[in-house]
Amino acid sequence: MYRKGDNAWYALFVLPLTLVFVTVVVIPFFIGIGYSFVKWDGMKLNPMTYVGFDNYSRIFADSGFWTSALHTTIFTLASVLIINLLGLAYALIVTSRLRVRNAVRAVLFMPYMIGGLILGYIWQFIFSDMFKNLGQLTGWTRVFFNWLLDPDYALVAMIVVTTWQLAGYIMIIYINGIQSIPDDVVEAAKVDGANFWQTLFRVRLPLLMPAFTVCLFVTLSNCFKMFDVNVSLTGGGPNNATELMAMNIYSEIFLLSNYGYGQAKAIIFFIVIASITLIQVYQTKKREVEL
Amino acid sequence: MKKAGRLAIQLLLIAFCLFYLFPIYIVFVNSFKNRQELYENALAFPGTFSLRFYSEAMEKMRFARSFGNSLLVTTVSIALIIVLASMTAWMLARRDNRLSRFIFMTYVATMIIPFQTIMMPLFQVMGWIRDTLHIPMIDTHGGLIYMNLGFGSSMAVFLYHGFIKSVPVSLEEAATIDGCNRFQTFWKIVFPILKPTTVTIMILDVIWIWNDYLLPSLTLSNIDKKTIPLSTQTFFGVFTIEWNLAMAGLMLTIIPVIIFYIAAQKYIVKGVAAGAIKM
Repeated sequence: MYRKGDNAWYALFVLPLTLVFVTVVVIPFFIGIGYSFVKWDGMKLNPMTYVGFDNYSRIFADSGFWTSALHTTIFTLASVLIINLLGLAYALIVTSRLRVRNAVRAVLFMPYMIGGLILGYIWQFIFSDMFKNLGQLTGWTRVFFNWLLDPDYALVAMIVVTTWQLAGYIMIIYINGIQSIPDDVVEAAKVDGANFWQTLFRVRLPLLMPAFTVCLFVTLSNCFKMFDVNVSLTGGGPNNATELMAMNIYSEIFLLSNYGYGQAKAIIFFIVIASITLIQVYQTKKREVEL
Repeated sequence: MKKAGRLAIQLLLIAFCLFYLFPIYIVFVNSFKNRQELYENALAFPGTFSLRFYSEAMEKMRFARSFGNSLLVTTVSIALIIVLASMTAWMLARRDNRLSRFIFMTYVATMIIPFQTIMMPLFQVMGWIRDTLHIPMIDTHGGLIYMNLGFGSSMAVFLYHGFIKSVPVSLEEAATIDGCNRFQTFWKIVFPILKPTTVTIMILDVIWIWNDYLLPSLTLSNIDKKTIPLSTQTFFGVFTIEWNLAMAGLMLTIIPVIIFYIAAQKYIVKGVAAGAIKM
């Protein structure tokens, strides 16, 4: 049903948003690739010098970047695992026939509503001053001390806060997955004599693979890009021991004013995230079963 | 026996939920304590409920001002995202040609780009617009809204596009035959049908924009323009933190979120689930 003037309507509907989108996302992405080949301190009056692949080869020798990459990997693996296990457990509890289920769901999801920055500040108090305080009161100083001053415990603190923020969110996705499993399939398994664990592992979990794909994707990309909690909880400290990749890139560009070099890191960051998440989605999609 | 077991599980769950909320409890009780009380026992209930620290915190973080700023940025950004993304998605879905498919694929593909990869060049582009076109894009709410619109467009177009594909086209054809132009057809017939997706996008974007920190922190430097997350930062200086004051400030930022959550819980849970599933 093409009519006269349709092209004008098309432009009127599509152009405004697409213009904004192109200037905010598409152009910056492409000129960002260009910036990764120059040396520049971000000052308009100072010249940019083309350095070819120097920025990229410099990254290989940048121990700070690799340390942050290692911390990001540990943090992401641990968080993704714990968040998904907890989220799935919560979802199984909340979809049971218990009377308190709605209240439980509401409480578990709530932390997600509060932004990462605020959550980080709240927990900063808990892990530093409150833990120290508890140690003095109870005498259990081996558990209760200032976690944020210890490199390993500070990273654990990051994992705890991220889990507290995201587990309830992931739970919501798993709940949807569980509710989309037809009752008759589970009933049939029970009639055939399967016990709770058998129905869980042989029937419900395989049918949950689509939810699993989504949850892994969401947690992987969220944790890998983590910035807000990092800023407010540890600030990257002590001694950069909890500096994650997003923060490393931020400081390289805006604090150290290495615009070209920082942008090269940002491009590597993009390639890593894109590959990891695409591989994950491909791998888990393959395992999805259909009824 | 089975009944008793169920009761025990329920009690256990309630205990677990209380434990889950204990960070909020910590913020609450310590927002009333003076410095000495706070360091005596951080877990204890306060002796008096004086709102002294609240009024002090409100002043320090310019609460009314930053709350208004957050409200303005969030509502205007979301309104624009919804209006423009629904229109775009409808055209792209209904005129299914190569150009449409290319534009749609570009929207979808860019969702994987992390913000850190774009942030520096983005501000070069915004600086260029400011200097050559003389539109103030940096350190203004308008500029922030413009960037929010750009970053929110992909997901909104994607969600609307998926929904429109499932709506039969016959209703729109009938409207066209009755003499509606494209604009009328869209706003009178199509947009009302899209309501479930609109609610989903509103919910997801409220959570995102209200709590967003990095983008606003890069663009807003004027103290009168700061949003809530940025103004909360004023309590956390480099050297010392006045925790009791900070706790009152944190409580102030949490309360509106909790009120919103309680009021709209049904929509929020549904919206978050719908948004994630379609990813």
